[in-house]
Amino acid sequence: MISINHYLVLSLALFTIGVIGVVTRRNVIIILMSIELILNAVNINLVAFSRLYGSVNGQIFSIFIITDAAAEAAVGLGIIIAFFRNRETVLGDEMDLLKG
Amino acid sequence: MADTILFYFFGGLAVLSAILVVTRRNAVHSAVFLVTALLATAGLFLQLRAEFLFIVQVILYVGGIMVLFIFVIMLVNLDVAMRQAQFNRAWYVWGLLAVAMGAQVYVVFHYARMQTSASFFNQAVAPVEQLEPNTQLVGQALFSTYMLPFEIASILLLVAMIGAVVMAKKRV
Amino acid sequence: MLDRLIEFFKPHVWPLVFAIVIVALVPLIAGYIVLLERKVMADMQARLGPMRVGPHGLLQPIADALKLLLKEDIIPDGADKWIFWLAPLLSVTAAMLAMSVIPFGPVFQIADLNVGILFLLGIGSMGIYGIVLGGWASNSHYSLLGALRSSAQLVSYETAAGMAIVSGLMFGGTLSTRALVQAQLDSHMWFFICAPIGFFLYLVASIAETNRAPFDLPEAESELVAGYMTEYSGFRWALYFLAEYTNMIVVASIATTLFLGGWLRPFPNAGWAGFFDYIPMLLMLLVAGYCVYRAPKQPVQIQKLVMYGVAGLCALLAIILALPVFGSAGSILAAMKPGVHGAFWFLAKVTLYLYVFLWLRFTVPRYRFDQLMSLGWHFLIPISIVNVLGVGIALYLHRSVEEGGKGWPLAASIILTILATLAVAAWLAKRNETKPALAEPEKF
Repeated sequence: MISINHYLVLSLALFTIGVIGVVTRRNVIIILMSIELILNAVNINLVAFSRLYGSVNGQIFSIFIITDAAAEAAVGLGIIIAFFRNRETVLGDEMDLLKG
Repeated sequence: MADTILFYFFGGLAVLSAILVVTRRNAVHSAVFLVTALLATAGLFLQLRAEFLFIVQVILYVGGIMVLFIFVIMLVNLDVAMRQAQFNRAWYVWGLLAVAMGAQVYVVFHYARMQTSASFFNQAVAPVEQLEPNTQLVGQALFSTYMLPFEIASILLLVAMIGAVVMAKKRV
Repeated sequence: MLDRLIEFFKPHVWPLVFAIVIVALVPLIAGYIVLLERKVMADMQARLGPMRVGPHGLLQPIADALKLLLKEDIIPDGADKWIFWLAPLLSVTAAMLAMSVIPFGPVFQIADLNVGILFLLGIGSMGIYGIVLGGWASNSHYSLLGALRSSAQLVSYETAAGMAIVSGLMFGGTLSTRALVQAQLDSHMWFFICAPIGFFLYLVASIAETNRAPFDLPEAESELVAGYMTEYSGFRWALYFLAEYTNMIVVASIATTLFLGGWLRPFPNAGWAGFFDYIPMLLMLLVAGYCVYRAPKQPVQIQKLVMYGVAGLCALLAIILALPVFGSAGSILAAMKPGVHGAFWFLAKVTLYLYVFLWLRFTVPRYRFDQLMSLGWHFLIPISIVNVLGVGIALYLHRSVEEGGKGWPLAASIILTILATLAVAAWLAKRNETKPALAEPEKF
């Protein structure tokens, strides 16, 4: 039987993989993709609990998270395009304009 | 039994695709695997009988956000980036820290399960036949209780749209 | 154990049969739509079109399919093999998947999702990946540009198409496709009478969604060769082509289900319109008679035989369509009537809708890409927003006073909506038109 534990562990696994992607990769676009993975893990958690409690609040929260993810991805990718136009690089290590 | 098979199928697909997302050298391959991961998540939503959320995930995330990602990957010339080292210099340190964080959270779950009464974690989920149609529920809640966040979300999207256009415009 | 397995699989048998029928028949139908297009194009250009392969070119699609299957499979040097292989698959899968929620008859539907119409919109978004990944995997600048243009166009017109669908949905009150056709049966009218602006908006948006003329800049031959399809040849190109024509069938099916009454015959509830029941078999008999008439005039013996074969097929179909009508009421034959005739009326409406597509292709010149994007964003989306607002107000005015409305008759509210939307459309057209630069008189 699938209990709430299964969903918790699954969402934790996706979250951890997303965090590993964020802290380990150099390519900023892949970092953004890992952030999307993190948001999805949270969504799975919310919807699983919404089913457990029989309330729709978790799903509403998920809808807002998806909306916010869209907005953040759009702005983040706009920043990447603008930066690439200036410095010709998408690697996070090389974005060190402010360094002394 | 169908629920179990579906959960393991979609869950396994999601985890496998996620691992492939963070390890590919080619950004387009990563994007394709992220699409697979998002579709697997949508499948999980469907398995949890949240069909409106399933379709919203497909339309917005897979059909909108990932198309945007792929557009940007194609507009940005990644040939140089593909030949460089893909991971940070001390990637095992950071990776280990992330895994440690995950293990910490799992330990919290474990102790919570030990301390709370078993009935919480084995709570009977409402049987499927008694569920109201998901779209109706979400629609009613979204337009009555959550009207203000709905309007704020639309303003947020407007601001994000303007911001993205301004950031990505060419300075003539 | 065995009977548990049987119990597990029993509800899936009929959907599987329907799925096999659809996957087997749709490529054939798509091939014959290509033939129809060539014949219609020829007719509008005062010539005959394919006449040689079968009688009147009837075996042309089969010849084309054989040729494409037997061609050499070329992969460009430096192309990403894995994604090059995947892209046409994505297009075809998305197009075929969309067929699963469309009601071809009261029973003939693979899956009746609660969110059927939204599922179709989502699958439309999935089809974009086939285009974008195909253009990128070809390792060619021009393919990439064609792919980006095509997908930008698809994304732009998706919003307008979605909102046009919403205006039709408001009359149905449900997202499930089967329930929408049922709602049209219950309210005694097809929804394109209630929401004509939505129907025409969806007509235009769906032409843009399927990359058809006049919105076919991304794949016209005089532009970037064939856009994202340039480097594909043989069976991979056949898959893209199949995906495009299947997409046309899908958007026609969506419009038919939502606006044109699905599998219902015209005036489904009226008793006086019973003569519509005789039209399908009369049509088939007419076609069979025409084939028998033309058969002796064919130049070659094999074409004569094929013509007689087609005539026989049409006669058989006429008998199948006639049996439920002439069977005694209450018998099993009469019970089959909605199913059998439903399939006929559905196909007839889809063919009518696609005929408008073909007609427009050979009548109207192509839009330039910036004109295309301007049309989508500056014209169609504002009109669709006003349309949705108007339909909402019309339904509010129509609802009886107990339910919080004003009790106005439906016709009055709808006419108000149409007038408001047309006013906004006229204002937008005036605002968006570019004035031609006046020529400077030459100074002698």
